[in-house]
Amino acid sequence: MTTASLSTPGASTAASTASRDVGATAPQTAEPLLSIRGLEKRFSLSGDFLEQLKFKGGKLVREQKHVHAINGVDLDIQRGEALCVVGESGCGKSTVARTVMGLITPSAGEIRYDGERIDDRSTKELLPFRRRMQMIFQNPYASLNPRMTIQQTLEEPIRLHHPDWSPAKVKDKVAEVMNAVGIAPDWGARYGHEFSGGQRQRIAIARALAVDPEFIVADEPISALDVSIQAQVLNLLMEAQQQRNLTYLFITHDLAVVEHFGTRVAVMYLGRVCEVAPTATLFATPRHPYTQALMSAIPRLEDDRPQHIRLQGEVPTPVNLPSGCVFHGRCPHANARCREEVPALIATDQGGQVACHGVEEGRL
Amino acid sequence: MSLLEVNHLDVRFALRRGDVQALRDVCFSLDRGERLGIVGESGAGKSVAAFSLLNLIAKPGYIAGGSIAFDGQELIGLSDRALRRIRGHRISMIFQDPMMTLNPVLTIGEQMVECLKAHRRISTRDARAISLRKLEQVQIPSPEARLDQYPHELSGGMRQRVIIAIALLLDPDIIIADEPTTALDVTIQAEIMALLLELCEEHNVGLVLITHDLGVVSQVTQRMLVMYAGRVIEQGPTREIINDPQHPYTQGLLNALPQMATPGERLNQIPGSMPSLSHLPSGCAFHPRCGFVTRPDGSRRQACVDEVPAFVASGNCQAACHMVAEMIERERIPAEEQDS
Repeated sequence: MTTASLSTPGASTAASTASRDVGATAPQTAEPLLSIRGLEKRFSLSGDFLEQLKFKGGKLVREQKHVHAINGVDLDIQRGEALCVVGESGCGKSTVARTVMGLITPSAGEIRYDGERIDDRSTKELLPFRRRMQMIFQNPYASLNPRMTIQQTLEEPIRLHHPDWSPAKVKDKVAEVMNAVGIAPDWGARYGHEFSGGQRQRIAIARALAVDPEFIVADEPISALDVSIQAQVLNLLMEAQQQRNLTYLFITHDLAVVEHFGTRVAVMYLGRVCEVAPTATLFATPRHPYTQALMSAIPRLEDDRPQHIRLQGEVPTPVNLPSGCVFHGRCPHANARCREEVPALIATDQGGQVACHGVEEGRL
Repeated sequence: MSLLEVNHLDVRFALRRGDVQALRDVCFSLDRGERLGIVGESGAGKSVAAFSLLNLIAKPGYIAGGSIAFDGQELIGLSDRALRRIRGHRISMIFQDPMMTLNPVLTIGEQMVECLKAHRRISTRDARAISLRKLEQVQIPSPEARLDQYPHELSGGMRQRVIIAIALLLDPDIIIADEPTTALDVTIQAEIMALLLELCEEHNVGLVLITHDLGVVSQVTQRMLVMYAGRVIEQGPTREIINDPQHPYTQGLLNALPQMATPGERLNQIPGSMPSLSHLPSGCAFHPRCGFVTRPDGSRRQACVDEVPAFVASGNCQAACHMVAEMIERERIPAEEQDS
């Protein structure tokens, strides 16, 4: 092992991405599998109507406070790609994942899956889409029902989506997905707690694969696992993608994983997308100041400690959003326009998009 | 003699079905101002190793053997009273979750003053002044106002800064930091680690950093220990281990990192998972997952299955591995033959 191979992530990715970023170089030609437009989600902090009533200056007024989890997100996901969404905690990346899956109703905006709008449908109308899209959660200790055996856990989604299947056929399917994730099918009678974290996450993946979906939303699927187990699970996800031609929406905060796994990357900050680009491009030439700071903060193995860009202050709360660009309070390049005007995503020469006045004006 | 010397430390947990040995034969030392990293996956025993230094092992755990010498004084067997004079004073600790460490019903200032008064005869006013100075050192914005705030009013990164300020309050010789940045975001983590490193260098404080993040270890520490299933399996200067790991487990751990593989290709995974401490495999605990039990010529190295490997020196590093021992032996014999 040499440090030389470590220290040039950009160079090593450039060579191998030619085959990978098909979806990224020609995104306009094909209809995206999933398209998100102007998505917004606010969570109320103020409780019910009576709790919202406050006395102010002798008058009874109604006050409402909201957490602005997502504020106008536009994203397209092409068939066969792995779109990674990165960002720090509280940036809304998990909310995007849950909204896409219909687990949370958006406050505004629309989500189209394969051309059809899915965000305003009832649970019953969503059912055919639910078979095509599945979700893997972060914590395999919480996402498996402790009172169900693995066999029952895996049979449940198949029975729901294929009520006409014979019990034998269901069993066969369960055995098939268990084999696919490397869990011996005769362990089906065991309960979730009898497995290790890595094995549990494999079972959670098997459950997602059981109904043969085409699109998988994975919300930090490896963050709760140890390094050596992370590699096993990532390999499994990549194998499944190749064999089943899956499309991923992959939520993570780990940039090393993104660099390895993602076709394209969307960087989020305070509920907005600040940069979208093909993985190799983003890692070689990050354009947005936040992306640059994020990249420089990754602890690397190399000898020479790269001077990381120190950001001023902390992430503001999503309750009182800053005006203008959400990043302006910590940005070293902010000017008056940044403080007032919200930047829109603009296309860059390298095939990505970035929401930054500085880049638009050519200052950065 | 080093500031801290740990020799043959054994820690066990007395469970109903028998003792579980959480640490076996752990030896390491720390010089004044030195920074040591302890790396391993969950269940490897790295936190137990750190907690046992201050005898913070809760029942049913107990220290079954070995010695911990701090500044020439044996810590094992010391009374609680005597130990309290060292805890938080000469050796202080930073825990993973800052919200769990701070008392939610006391202000930051009260907690800091309390800590100072427990160890020194000092007036509240002086204690507050010292606290304020420490908060300034950890670069908290408007430190004066923070003294009267409660922990829940601060963000995660700010709380961890307060924890670092408290750890530095009595100018300790050693700080033990157990995954200090795991609960934080990447950009905040980078700031906190840089701050910790800066303060340790400035005040010549020794640091024992427990983490699972090899990137953090490689940037902060000078020496590192790699633990697996309750044992230290490799130790040496951090740079040398990161650049040229000897033990197959360390190699596997480094190779499993996504940055070591070509994007889009399979990652080099270690098969299987960490054994449970109550059912350890015979011989080398890593042998069921190790790819080197079979020699390149196809013969099986029986020692891996039968004998617990001892440390062998390889350069400045030490690894507990039969394969490494064999390789060193093979290199040594031809050299001796040439000499004669």
